Amino acid sequence: MKFGFLMREIGQGLSRNVSMIVSIILVTFLSLTFVGTAGLLQAQIGQMKTYWYDKAQVAIYLCTDTSPADACPQGEASSDVKATVEAALKDAALTPFVERYYFEDHQAAYDKFQEQFADNAVAKYVKKEQLNETYWVKVKDPNKSAVIVESFTGVAGVEEVRDQRSYLDQIFSILNAASIAAVGIAAIMLASAVLLISTTIRLSAFSRRREIGIMRLVGASNFYIQLPFILEGVVAATIGSVLASGAVVAIVVFFVQGYLAQRLPLTSFVGVDDALLLMPLIIGSGVVLAAIASGFAIRRYLKI
Amino acid sequence: MISFSNVTKQHKGAPKPALDAVSLEIERGDFVFLVGASGSGKSTLLRLMLREEIASRGDLFVLGQNLVTIPSRKVPALRRKMGVVFQDFRLLPNKTVFQNVAFSLEVIGKSSAYIADAVPEVLRLVGLEEKADRLPNELSGGEQQRVALARAIVNKPDLLLADEPTGNLDPATSAGIVSLLEKINQNGTTIVMATHDVGIVDRLKRRVIELRGGVIVRDDKKSGYETALPITDQVPISSDTEPEQGNEPEQANEPEQGNEPESRISSTDQAEEQE
Ligand SMILES: Nc1ncnc2c1ncn2[C@@H]1O[C@H](COP(=O)(O)OP(=O)(O)OP(=O)(O)O)[C@@H](O)[C@H]1O
Ligand SMILES: [Mg+2]
Repeated sequence: MKFGFLMREIGQGLSRNVSMIVSIILVTFLSLTFVGTAGLLQAQIGQMKTYWYDKAQVAIYLCTDTSPADACPQGEASSDVKATVEAALKDAALTPFVERYYFEDHQAAYDKFQEQFADNAVAKYVKKEQLNETYWVKVKDPNKSAVIVESFTGVAGVEEVRDQRSYLDQIFSILNAASIAAVGIAAIMLASAVLLISTTIRLSAFSRRREIGIMRLVGASNFYIQLPFILEGVVAATIGSVLASGAVVAIVVFFVQGYLAQRLPLTSFVGVDDALLLMPLIIGSGVVLAAIASGFAIRRYLKI
Repeated sequence: MISFSNVTKQHKGAPKPALDAVSLEIERGDFVFLVGASGSGKSTLLRLMLREEIASRGDLFVLGQNLVTIPSRKVPALRRKMGVVFQDFRLLPNKTVFQNVAFSLEVIGKSSAYIADAVPEVLRLVGLEEKADRLPNELSGGEQQRVALARAIVNKPDLLLADEPTGNLDPATSAGIVSLLEKINQNGTTIVMATHDVGIVDRLKRRVIELRGGVIVRDDKKSGYETALPITDQVPISSDTEPEQGNEPEQANEPEQGNEPESRISSTDQAEEQE
């Protein structure tokens, strides 16, 4: 196959359907930007999980006099209760799961509450007896925190056992849903990109039907006849996917690092390296998609 | 070279077959006219040889290939050994004479060096070397058909198929095209030409195959256009001649093998040039 011939054919094809080619570029650009954003969200979730799961603890809230009666029929937890809990935490059955734990009494809980709700009216009315005494347990393996939760749930004098991870999981499931939505939108747009590519190929084949007819008669191979059309779709989609990967990097640089990371300095965000990792994935999927779509279209509309 | 044995072509939805149990042999170097009324099946016969259509029944061998069983991927290689011209020339309007001829070589992967040699040579043969840079719409019909002929023969085909090549041309211009075809035939290319042109067929005194309603009603060496048969459908006559011909093809395929080495050489030539 001669390169010059191929380039000329593709060039002619591209210039003949400029508006269709531009729409292929735009649609692949938008859809792959969505794919890339979904990828970034997943990377962000992964990053936050490793960061926050590491800090998450299990809280064993002991009963107070103001606790609901069905959980705490005896009222304020006695020192016997504390001894039982402490003994269980030190017991050989649980030590493999517990990294460390500490006890937070009414005073400490009150101090923490005052600090957290300093600007809130509720801080004035709360009494320290109303705040639970708590055992804070740091587990060795965050995935096995359920062992602790199960061991202390329902124990007399324990009001509630709470894994902080359950709060985090709510946040992550929201982020997850967002990334799934992005993928869903991307899928719809990718489908329209595929349809657009095949329509463009059909138009392109129609506008070159004389040439194709002659190529067939003089014995040009199928490959030779079809390749310019396939490459036409691939070139357009490649431009779109390069733009998309550029957009993903720009999102990280200007929005995530330039805006979010400035506002929320304590949270770790995805970086440019994550975006660069996504780049070959985005471009690759754009090219493969276009090749498949145009290959399929050409087989349908160009019977040899 | 070409062997039809009991070839039937039935188009989908057509009431009767376009060709009905046609048997014929064409030898290397022959010059054959296909005559017959409109709709008698001439173009269908040519399209079958080009493998644009596939026979519904029967066996069809062209250039050593069985066109009924040949896989599609081998069709391009076969077509490179054939040339075709049509009544409507089928030139690319936005390409010059030179580019039109060169295009047919480019798309089968010939090198530019080869093209730079072969195109002027073939344009000289058809008498158009002066007009190499003209566009088709700047040429007369006869000149356009010469370009089409140049394109058909530039790859030195073994077989040239012509479907009413002079159908759009005046008698003098037609005569020019036909003498060009004779010249091409003298260089060893087999020619099968469908035509309604009485003058040409009568003057050349070549083999004439006449079709009527998809059946061969006459196959004469050195004949004219006018049929010796009465115009009524005398089907028995065609079935008289057929039994002898009908037996032949199987044996006639054997000499076909003898032609094979030659075509193999030309195809390996092409394979080298393609790279
Ligand atoms: N694709 C097709 N589908 C159905 N019938 C067809 C098709 N092509 C040809 N035919 C029929 O086959 C018959 C032979 O057609 P063909 O074109 O071979 O005739 P012809 O001898 O070339 O005529 P002409 O001299 O007008 O060119 C005609 O009756 C035609 O209607
Ligand atoms: Mg015809």
